[in-house]
Amino acid sequence: MLRESYQTEGFFDEAIADGDARQHYRAFLEQFESLSATEFEHKRQAVDLSFLRQGITFNVYGDSQGTERIFPFDLVPRIIPAAEWAHIEAGLVQRITALNLFLHDIYHEQRILKENVIPPFYVLSARHFRREFANFPVPKEIYIHICGTDLIRGADGRYMVLEDNGRCPSGVSYVLENRRAMKRAFPRLFEKIGVRPVDDYPAELLKMLRYIAPQSVVDPTVVLLTPGAYNSAYFEHTYLARQMGIQIVEGRDLVVKEQRVFMRTTKGLQPVNVIYRRIDDDFLDPTVFRKDSALGVPGLIGAYRAGNVSLANSIGTGLADDKVMYHFVPRIIKFYLDQEPILEQVPTYLASEESDRKYILEHLPELVVKAANESGGYGMLMGPKATKEEIEKFRELIEADPRNYIAQPVISLSRHPTFCDGDGFEGRHIDLRPFVLYGEKISIVPGGLTRVALKKGSLIVNSSQGGGSKDTWVLYGEE
Amino acid sequence: MLSRVANSLYWMSRYIERAENIARMVDVNIQLLLDFRQVNDEHMETHWLPIVQATDDRVLFQSLYERADSQSVCEFLTFSADNPSSLVACVSLARENARMVRDQITIEFWEEINRVYLFLNSARAREMWQSSAPEFYYELKSLSLQIQGLADATIPHTEGWLFMQAGKYLERADKTSRILDIRHHTLPARGIPDAAFGAREALEWAAVLRSCSAWDAYRQLHGADIGPRRVAHLLLLNEDFPRSVEFCLVQLDQALRRISSVQPGRFSNEAERLSGRLAAELQFSGIDEIFERGLHDYIDLLQQRLNQIGEALFETYIAHLFEPAGQEIQQQQ
Repeated sequence: MLRESYQTEGFFDEAIADGDARQHYRAFLEQFESLSATEFEHKRQAVDLSFLRQGITFNVYGDSQGTERIFPFDLVPRIIPAAEWAHIEAGLVQRITALNLFLHDIYHEQRILKENVIPPFYVLSARHFRREFANFPVPKEIYIHICGTDLIRGADGRYMVLEDNGRCPSGVSYVLENRRAMKRAFPRLFEKIGVRPVDDYPAELLKMLRYIAPQSVVDPTVVLLTPGAYNSAYFEHTYLARQMGIQIVEGRDLVVKEQRVFMRTTKGLQPVNVIYRRIDDDFLDPTVFRKDSALGVPGLIGAYRAGNVSLANSIGTGLADDKVMYHFVPRIIKFYLDQEPILEQVPTYLASEESDRKYILEHLPELVVKAANESGGYGMLMGPKATKEEIEKFRELIEADPRNYIAQPVISLSRHPTFCDGDGFEGRHIDLRPFVLYGEKISIVPGGLTRVALKKGSLIVNSSQGGGSKDTWVLYGEE
Repeated sequence: MLSRVANSLYWMSRYIERAENIARMVDVNIQLLLDFRQVNDEHMETHWLPIVQATDDRVLFQSLYERADSQSVCEFLTFSADNPSSLVACVSLARENARMVRDQITIEFWEEINRVYLFLNSARAREMWQSSAPEFYYELKSLSLQIQGLADATIPHTEGWLFMQAGKYLERADKTSRILDIRHHTLPARGIPDAAFGAREALEWAAVLRSCSAWDAYRQLHGADIGPRRVAHLLLLNEDFPRSVEFCLVQLDQALRRISSVQPGRFSNEAERLSGRLAAELQFSGIDEIFERGLHDYIDLLQQRLNQIGEALFETYIAHLFEPAGQEIQQQQ
């Protein structure tokens, strides 16, 4: 039923090429297409209901009823064959290794700046550069413990890195829950097709968190620090804490005494050794960073500096998320590893470079402009879809603060068959966010979160902008 | 266990128990009205106002509605967004607390509590309520019992569960005593009530029993002969009936002592001292001395003492959560 009227419309399609299924989708489609429309609809409703029941929802801001919605979930999985995944994995390992060396260097010797591989101005002016942490020895010399790197495929199907999320990337709970939902809806599919499991992510995460504990602690107490129940990722926070069997704490549950962190329990104060924090640097400690932060813990940074508590991710990793720094990652890989990047990236123009700026301002209607430190689809101009006013607004923004803007050509993201209410199966644009863990070794859960732009023609996959998600299958073999 | 988590588990459990009691009480009293031949406005008021009084919200109710009748009281106790202890509000608060401690409760437990919440906030709930209120309340009661059953059957009986027990039994003791107090105006202020009274009173006392799920227990003990003295004895002092105040206090006391691992007959904090004393008093009280003192006055005092136990529990385990960490802030600055 899927292939009957399906059109790729000239886009790179993940599942279909030249009117037929790609090799690694054949076994799946054969099974999937034997479902009747009614059976499919049944399964779809059952899955939605199960997400709603489990409270896997997000709050719709600005709705006074406090309506909760489920993240739209599409039942057609994205499938990646083994060799393709091996290529992605190698590229991600290379990238996080280089980024980590880069952060270590920037917060210590700054060789890369001294040798002028990257103009020092860009690093020193980065919003998330934390000069207070120069020469601070982070535990096990790891800065980015958890990285959610966004990958896309362009018109020729080659994978490209779109951005690195090295602060508090979210979405991994959906990877795990989507798989659970698919297994319940299509148990027989999994029997027939060799799909690599994803369930050991929480165990790997906990292993990593225990690994970075302060040296002197034998059996470390690990907690997850959440901004609280009203945060849009709260479901994920409780989910991960529960899977790891650790406490989920809010700032007010913690207290610092003599540079040691404790949680307030019914049996008095109990020491805490490692904090998986899902709060940005700025809000961690009101005595050091933002004074108005009610989410943080007064004195936490003092305890961190004294080496009495470890944080994941480390403070100051936001530097690597800066979209200007992204431009330099190929140079970073070359400089520290003496290798060519395995994964390509999108050509990027820096507005503070004279010639680039000229080009950007002359070609605004063709380009995507992004603020260097925004995420979630905010602070962005989609040139081809923008109105004249929007373009003029960005022209002013860029001229006023060129350091904070970059531009990229519009990449036509690959598409994937997706069930669209009323229209049957149609192609929709997707991306992929794999989750990389950096502990004693680097481990990557097979696949990651495939996000899909459900609106016809839309290239924006963010959940805040009408995106949904899919289960991502990495195969043991090629088909 | 984190103090904040203990606090949420305790309140979650209290709100679940409260919701179930409201559902039962409203349901029983709607049905009771069907048994009366003539129901005029005045009748309505004397029937429904004590029920509003039992949830301690009379002032709020009278500021919102002109008259106490089936429609207004049921609306107020079930769906009203202005009433912080309506059924809908209790279920929302129970779920909100559950959401704060999702890592502490099982998936089965959470899904059930979430299901009740989603049901109450759906159009289906209103439709069901309007077309058949008994069916609606039946649904809610059974959901609440399922939640409590899941708590016992799926959550390890460790500290968190014990805080849930404490919340449940403290709330239940309070609600049972309030329901028993609903028909106090038919009794003399002091003294043991007459055994013989009218058919209408018998129906009303039967409704009190039903509101506490005590009808079957009562009949096993005393047959169909309903009298306030026996009703009060069952609801206050019976040691085996799981909704009697004495039973609840003994359970509460056990839960508190298991939290702190204190031997029976001893106490290590104010909450244990107060609950242990009240439990012992109930165990060694007679129903006639309570009536001699006056049932209503006795229940008034009982509720105050239950509140004191709740406050002491908060002081012992939770309050330090709200103490600022003053010293470290100054050091940093």
